[in-house]
Amino acid sequence: MAEPETSKPKPRPIVRLGTLLISHSVLVSVVCCVAGVLALLLLPILAKNTYISENALMPGSASPMLSNLDVSDANRLVNDLSELSSRSNDAGIVQRLIGRYISDLGGEVGYHQFHPDSSRFHPLHFFSVPDTGIVQENINCSCHGISVTGIVRAPRGDGKEAIVLVTPYNYTNAGSADHLSLGIAYSVFSLLSQVTWLAKDIIWLIADSQCGEYASVAAWLRDYHSPTFSGFHANNSHTCDVITTHHDVKENVAKDMSSRDSFIRAGTMAAALVVKVVDRNEPFEDSLGVYAEASNGQMPNLDLINIVNYLAVHRQGLRVKVRKLFSLLDTKWVSFLAEVLESLGSIARRLNPQWKFGIPAADYVDGTATLFGSLYHQALGVPTGPHGAFRDYQVDAVTLEFSPRHYSISKGRTKDFILRGGRLIEGVIRSVNNLLEKFHQSFFLYLLTSPSKFVSVGVYMIAFALLVAPLPVAAASLYAEANCLDTSLDDAKSFSPPAATVNELVISERSWRWIKAVKKVLIVHLWGTTVSLLPYFISQTPSLTPITKLAVWGLFSVVCLLFPYFLLGSPFAGVSGTEEYKHEWALLKSATISAAFIGLGLMSVINFAAAEFGALLMVPMCLMVQPLKLDLRARTLKNLARAAVNLVLAIVGLPPATYYILKCTFGSFDGINIEDFWWWVESLWSWNSATYLFLGMVHLPCWLLCVQILLHS
Amino acid sequence: MAFLSILVSAILLLLLLPSRGSSAAAAAAFASGSAAIEEGGAGEEDFSEALLLKPLPDRKVLAHFHFETGAPETPSYGRHHRLFPKSIAQLVKKFHIQEMELSFTQGRWNYESWGGFEPIASSNAKPPGVELWAVFDVPPDDVDASWKNLTHSLSGLFCASINFLESSTAYAAPEWSFRPAPGSLRYGTLPREAVCTENLTPWLKLLPCRDKAGISSLMDRPSIYRGFYHSQRLRLRSVKTSSDGTHSSIILEQTLTVVLHPNIQKTSTVNYGENKLQPSWSMSSLFGRKIGGTCLLAKSSNVYLQLDWDLVRELKHLQNGNQELGVESIMEESFLSNPAFVLSDEPDKVINEVNSRSEGSSAILYEFSVRKHSDLGPFDLGFTWKTPIVWSCPQLPLRVSRFLMGSGNERGAIAISLRSTRVREGLTNAKAMGESCKLDVNVFQVVPWYIKVYFHTMKVFVDGKPIAVSDIIEKIHVSPSEDKVSPGVLEMILKLPCSVDSAGFTLEFDKGFLHIDEYPPDANQGFDIPPAVITFPNFHVKMHFGEDNSSKQSAVLSRFEDNIPVRSYTEVLLVPLTTPDFSMPYNVITITCTVFALYFGSLLNVLRRRVNEEERFLKSKDKRSSPLSRLLSKLSAKLGGKPVVTSQSSARSSSFISLKLILKIILVAGIAIAWQYFSE
Repeated sequence: MAEPETSKPKPRPIVRLGTLLISHSVLVSVVCCVAGVLALLLLPILAKNTYISENALMPGSASPMLSNLDVSDANRLVNDLSELSSRSNDAGIVQRLIGRYISDLGGEVGYHQFHPDSSRFHPLHFFSVPDTGIVQENINCSCHGISVTGIVRAPRGDGKEAIVLVTPYNYTNAGSADHLSLGIAYSVFSLLSQVTWLAKDIIWLIADSQCGEYASVAAWLRDYHSPTFSGFHANNSHTCDVITTHHDVKENVAKDMSSRDSFIRAGTMAAALVVKVVDRNEPFEDSLGVYAEASNGQMPNLDLINIVNYLAVHRQGLRVKVRKLFSLLDTKWVSFLAEVLESLGSIARRLNPQWKFGIPAADYVDGTATLFGSLYHQALGVPTGPHGAFRDYQVDAVTLEFSPRHYSISKGRTKDFILRGGRLIEGVIRSVNNLLEKFHQSFFLYLLTSPSKFVSVGVYMIAFALLVAPLPVAAASLYAEANCLDTSLDDAKSFSPPAATVNELVISERSWRWIKAVKKVLIVHLWGTTVSLLPYFISQTPSLTPITKLAVWGLFSVVCLLFPYFLLGSPFAGVSGTEEYKHEWALLKSATISAAFIGLGLMSVINFAAAEFGALLMVPMCLMVQPLKLDLRARTLKNLARAAVNLVLAIVGLPPATYYILKCTFGSFDGINIEDFWWWVESLWSWNSATYLFLGMVHLPCWLLCVQILLHS
Repeated sequence: MAFLSILVSAILLLLLLPSRGSSAAAAAAFASGSAAIEEGGAGEEDFSEALLLKPLPDRKVLAHFHFETGAPETPSYGRHHRLFPKSIAQLVKKFHIQEMELSFTQGRWNYESWGGFEPIASSNAKPPGVELWAVFDVPPDDVDASWKNLTHSLSGLFCASINFLESSTAYAAPEWSFRPAPGSLRYGTLPREAVCTENLTPWLKLLPCRDKAGISSLMDRPSIYRGFYHSQRLRLRSVKTSSDGTHSSIILEQTLTVVLHPNIQKTSTVNYGENKLQPSWSMSSLFGRKIGGTCLLAKSSNVYLQLDWDLVRELKHLQNGNQELGVESIMEESFLSNPAFVLSDEPDKVINEVNSRSEGSSAILYEFSVRKHSDLGPFDLGFTWKTPIVWSCPQLPLRVSRFLMGSGNERGAIAISLRSTRVREGLTNAKAMGESCKLDVNVFQVVPWYIKVYFHTMKVFVDGKPIAVSDIIEKIHVSPSEDKVSPGVLEMILKLPCSVDSAGFTLEFDKGFLHIDEYPPDANQGFDIPPAVITFPNFHVKMHFGEDNSSKQSAVLSRFEDNIPVRSYTEVLLVPLTTPDFSMPYNVITITCTVFALYFGSLLNVLRRRVNEEERFLKSKDKRSSPLSRLLSKLSAKLGGKPVVTSQSSARSSSFISLKLILKIILVAGIAIAWQYFSE
């Protein structure tokens, strides 16, 4: 009864809970991981219906004022444009025509000449705001565009705020859909030039999309927010001497301009709408696609999407679509899961009709596809349209992509289509115009599962938290275990009691052993950083095919890896033989898991979706990993299975392998090129996506460390 | 006693007021009596009213109401006035106001299409919201106190939140750039003030006939607030006449400037390529009312129609092209045969501006006396265009625009860009003087303290080239802002070369943090930077109207003859600042309480616990086991003396009990579920 062990004071409850979790780390890991994945799959069921959070918006409270008069004016513009484009491809004439149409409405006209930024990777300016100094060097001289801008000043407004309407338009080579998009915007613009209720100025930017839709909008925004007073022509002479072909166009336009420096501006931007028409020949009805993802998975305020959705569905009768992963729609497991959940829901409802659990299977499948589409586009960190440029300046923006149903069949349909599209945009602008404050009421962090359903951050964070939670527990448990085992080992060895001083020395030496593992992790992470910087230098060298670039990249990465190997000795040198350091790998695994946890936690703040996908890949890999040798030596079925799973996870975990495998399963089946991966990576860094950094500095080192543990002997 | 006398006088005034305002007949009788008095003495109070109409190039019409009341120094009435509003007179006396201007504005003045280089634009184009400046005739130490009291009085008088200008963070004391009145001038603006009819009514109350008779009866509220620009202004000047400063003559100038659109309905069949005919208008189509008669208390009551000098030039061109009439035909009385437009009434007088510009044409004013024209019936001046004419208004020497640079919640920059309008008549002769020609631009900018401007970061660009600040600034005065005490003020004179094409300067700033009480009700909209005032000291708007005394009679024309420097205001800027989440005070309270609970809990824990004592206590506790276990052990000892077995059995029994309990619970739950399932 009175033994010394039992008389130990009881630790505090929180410590006891911690030790309990750590001692059952395997169980905790399995439960948490499964729960995390399940929670992710349950998100479509947990999604709430969207609602207009800001009362001032009042969408649809006023009846639309857009009349057939405006539409017929717009139709005349469409006809003029299609006539012009059939005759010639002179951009200057089209620009002047549009400019004249705008000035006839009483709007101000401006012409914005630009060279888009060349997509170049700047490792040191990754998250920084575009600065004029950098921008100067970054100008791409190969492309020169002129965008037309029109501004309607609010008659009684004070001009502090503005709403931006963007229509990307290729002045030299435009299709009939592009003319229609201009028609829709023009009809709204002509209405807004006469209404008295306008409180914010309206800017209509007809962005020259021959250099890319995003680039022209980004260039305009750059000049709007950080103009260079040293003048455009001075820039030209510094950086772009060689443009001679476009000079005639410029001079043509310059004749029309009232003054040379015709960049016109209004106040602070409240919101932006990008209007596009695509010719997809919708089979049944006019539909509207909403694109909202900006760089690094940033989303506009949910209220903006809500008003678009509300007006489109309830006022104009358009079918609203959000981009989804279509390949998920007809996968077996999703439909199976959907049916299971539906039956569960029906059982729950029979038990208690109050439980509104479960949704129809079709809805679930659709919701899952939309959710994963939303997650995927956020995770990529690449904006899905010109609206992405606005988010960099804290302006809420959304792209509305109309796809009409066989509009080209008859003339009357064109007018009808312009009327519907115009009324939708008028309604959205009127709502935003009602807004006294900037968008702040509704969510900024959300995932859409359908145009009218969303999952807020409070809900989807649970899935990620559950997935990540076992990492620190497992790390602590491994560390404790390794220390314990060593202690017991030492105890067993030094059975005969030596001098106490020697024992303490051993203990202190042992307690510092983790530093070695941490050093290794640090070196591997440094390697990851180098690897992610390499493409910058590779892309500097011209005339290399993507495959060679990829090969060079791979080669250099391996060389970089071998460098510390030779310099610091083999990673496991001196470790393998000695018996007492058998559990070295456990410490290494513990350090790896900690690093992965920190990396995932940081990434979840920057780009949640990327962190979620990363966690799905990395967490099982990190938790499962164990030296193959141990498993093979044990030769039980369990161990062999674990070894196999480990091998599979290690193969899947390598970023290129993951890319190719995902492309095989979800992507198009038109063959896989090796060079695709290079293009993909290049697009990631040229869009300054944080996902690229995550891959290079968290995922890849973690994978390498896991492989090292696997091959540990 | 003094209080009693004031009360009595107030009652007297109250009794007098209805007879002046409500019934026209009574007013007429009163006025006819007073007109006789007026003719008697020279130093009498007088009132004059005028309306100036002007077609604008962008199919709109400018209407400028001008009312002027003068109260010369007369000891005869004591504290009482016949025409002059008593409240204003008291204001002037109480606060020793030397000069004051208060304006309420809605909408923006369009400098490009409505003109900037002319008297109306220069003195009536005001920034949106409220602008107030005043010069006091008090010792420098008392100026601030007078200003604060003045803002409160005006706020009550005009039903506006002018009292927000009381706080020292809201007003500034410009040294020289705004007006040359060092030390005693205070200036403040409220860009967000909404202007409505509740501000107009007290303003109209100051007029002797209010809006019951005379020109002010045109002010139909829906029509004047429907306009594109609406600026209501009150200007006060007092001249001290006696040596001891007790008596002073005051001149009160009230103007209302509106820009209206003659017809709102859309002209659908727009034919591109040809000029559109300007819309014709009349007073009744603009205001929905006609002038029924004059205000009988008014000394003069005139309606003017002004044609800009560029329009006159175009008309002359038109006439030269059409028929070989002389240039004079416009100015002649037989102008009704004019090819460009038709007037519904014949003017009493054609006033020709004596040429001050180089182009050789000058503005024309047609004068209509309301008294004469409203004899037969209500006066309704109509203007009908016959030929499409395109003209432009006199432009400012430089077009000024101000905008924000940068994004995000941390820092940004204010940029003011000046662009040449290429219309610089005044400079042509100056250019002849050679290279030394300089164009002065006077900039006055007040910045609230939460926009922390770094004045040393000022960069100046002229024609796209950066220029050292010291090379171009002739004079500069900066008073940096002090947090929560005073705004930052920048006054400077830029000396630009006359041949300048574009110029710009930027000032960087950091965005500050406000205390939670300091946020306005709609903080998420952002914060306003008041407009910068740009003055061109080299240029003066001044019209000369020849030698005849027409301008002496009319107050509005004499105002046009004042020598005022050209002034323009820039846009108001909206700066988004970081705002706390006001909608969730609950969260704030919860988090704060949690933090406090955690902090104090752990603190108390640390203070209270003694680890050693606790260990000792635990040890002793372990030694003395609990009474129950002692009882049990005693019992077991009595039973047979095998304490281990009893403890085991008890443990087994307890686990058995818990197992049984769980089974029971599961059974009950299962029954409940089954019952629910089958009962449906």
